[in-house]
Amino acid sequence: MELDEFVLKVEAEIEDLEPGTLTADKDYREIEQWSSMYALILIAMIDTEFDVTLTGEDLKKTLTLRDLHTTIKSRL
Amino acid sequence: MEAYIDCISEFFPEKTYCNEDFFNEFPQLKSKEASLLKIGVSNRHVVDPTTTSLDLAVNAAHKLFEEHKVNPEDIDFVIFCSLEFDYALPSSAAVFQNKLGLSNNVGAIDIVSSCTGFVHALSLAKGMVESNERKNVLLLFPSTLSKTFHKNDYNSKFIFGDGATAVLIKERNEPSIGQFVFGTDGDRADYIIIKDGGARNPINELSFKEDENEYGNITCRANFFMNGTGVFLFGLKTIPKLVNDILTKNNTKLEDIDFFVFHQANAFLLEAIRKKIDAPQEKFIIAMDQTGNTVASSIPLALNSLIKEGKLKPGHKIMFAAFGTGLTWGGTIVKI
Repeated sequence: MELDEFVLKVEAEIEDLEPGTLTADKDYREIEQWSSMYALILIAMIDTEFDVTLTGEDLKKTLTLRDLHTTIKSRL
Repeated sequence: MEAYIDCISEFFPEKTYCNEDFFNEFPQLKSKEASLLKIGVSNRHVVDPTTTSLDLAVNAAHKLFEEHKVNPEDIDFVIFCSLEFDYALPSSAAVFQNKLGLSNNVGAIDIVSSCTGFVHALSLAKGMVESNERKNVLLLFPSTLSKTFHKNDYNSKFIFGDGATAVLIKERNEPSIGQFVFGTDGDRADYIIIKDGGARNPINELSFKEDENEYGNITCRANFFMNGTGVFLFGLKTIPKLVNDILTKNNTKLEDIDFFVFHQANAFLLEAIRKKIDAPQEKFIIAMDQTGNTVASSIPLALNSLIKEGKLKPGHKIMFAAFGTGLTWGGTIVKI
C-alpha cells in the first residue's frame, strides 16, 4: 500500500474527521480526536492490512504518517 | 461422573456510572468520545467504599440459591476467585462458608486470578467432580476492581465495572466440559499490576507519586495500572492461537462451535479477534454494554445473557477463551 492510500486509510479509521485533515507530513497525534484508543485501532489496522505488528513504542517513535509508513515498510 | 455448568446468578452493586457521568467527570475527553465508545461500554456498576468482594459474592450466592432452588446444604466445595479479599488472612472463602451457613464439611479456598479466573476455576471444579471427590462446587467471581483505581485513571474507569457471579458446577452422566488449554507469561507480569502494597514493595512515600502517560491518563504505584497497548497486542496475538489450540485439543472444528464466549475485555479488541479467527458475528458474543469489563465474571455474564435470551439448546458447543493478569490465558469447549 502506497503512502497516499495509507493516509486515506488512517483517515477513514478516525470518526468525525473532515476529509483532507490528515496529510503524510502532519503530526497525526495533533488532531483533536487522537486518543490511546486510536493508537490501538491503528495497530489493529496495520496488523490486518500489512501483517506487521507494531508496538506502542514503535508508534511513539513516529511523528507523521510518513514515518509510520516507513516503519511498516521496513518490517515487511 | 461428568462435570457441567448447572446454573449462574448475577449480582451488581446499586450505584451505576454511565457514560454521561464519565464525561461530566472528565469533560476534557468529550472530543475523544467516538473512540472511547468503540470499547463497547455504556454503563457500569461501581461499589461504594464500604462494600467488599465478599459482600458481592454473598449476594450473588443468595440469588443463586433463590433463583435456581439450590439447597445450600448440598454445596460441598467453594472456590472464591477474585483479586480483592477482605483480609490478608483468613481466606474469603472460609468467611463465606459461615455467612452462607454452609456445612462444616465444605471445602473452601480462594484463588487469585483475574480475567482468566473463570477458566482457572472451572478446570479446578471439573477435576474435583470428575475425580468423584465432590458433587456440587460453588464458584464465586466477585470484582471490586474500581476501588483500586486512581481517581484520574480515566481508562480504567471507562472500561471496568464491578459485580459478581455465582456459578454451580454439578455432576451428570453426559460429558460437558472439554479439555483445557492454559498459558502463562510472567515476563509480562507488569502489564497489569498494582506495584506497591504487597510484600515485595511495601507502601512508601513514592507509592502515591502520580504518573501521567502520554495521553494524560494518571495512576500511581499504589493503584491499578494497565499497559493498554501491551494488553491489546497480547490479546490480538495470543487469543487466535489459543482458539486453534483449544480446537485441536478438543478435536473440534471452528464451524462446529455454536457460540464463542470470550472474556469481555474491550469490544473493539473482541471484534479484531473475531475477524482474525473468522468466526461468524452472530455466534460471537459481545455483552459488556451495561456492565463493562467485569474481570472473572465477564464470561459467566456473557454466557448467562445467552441463557436468559433462550439461545442455548442441549448439545450446543460453547468455546470459552480468557486472558488477563499474569499474563495468563486459557480456554475450553463446553457442551450444553
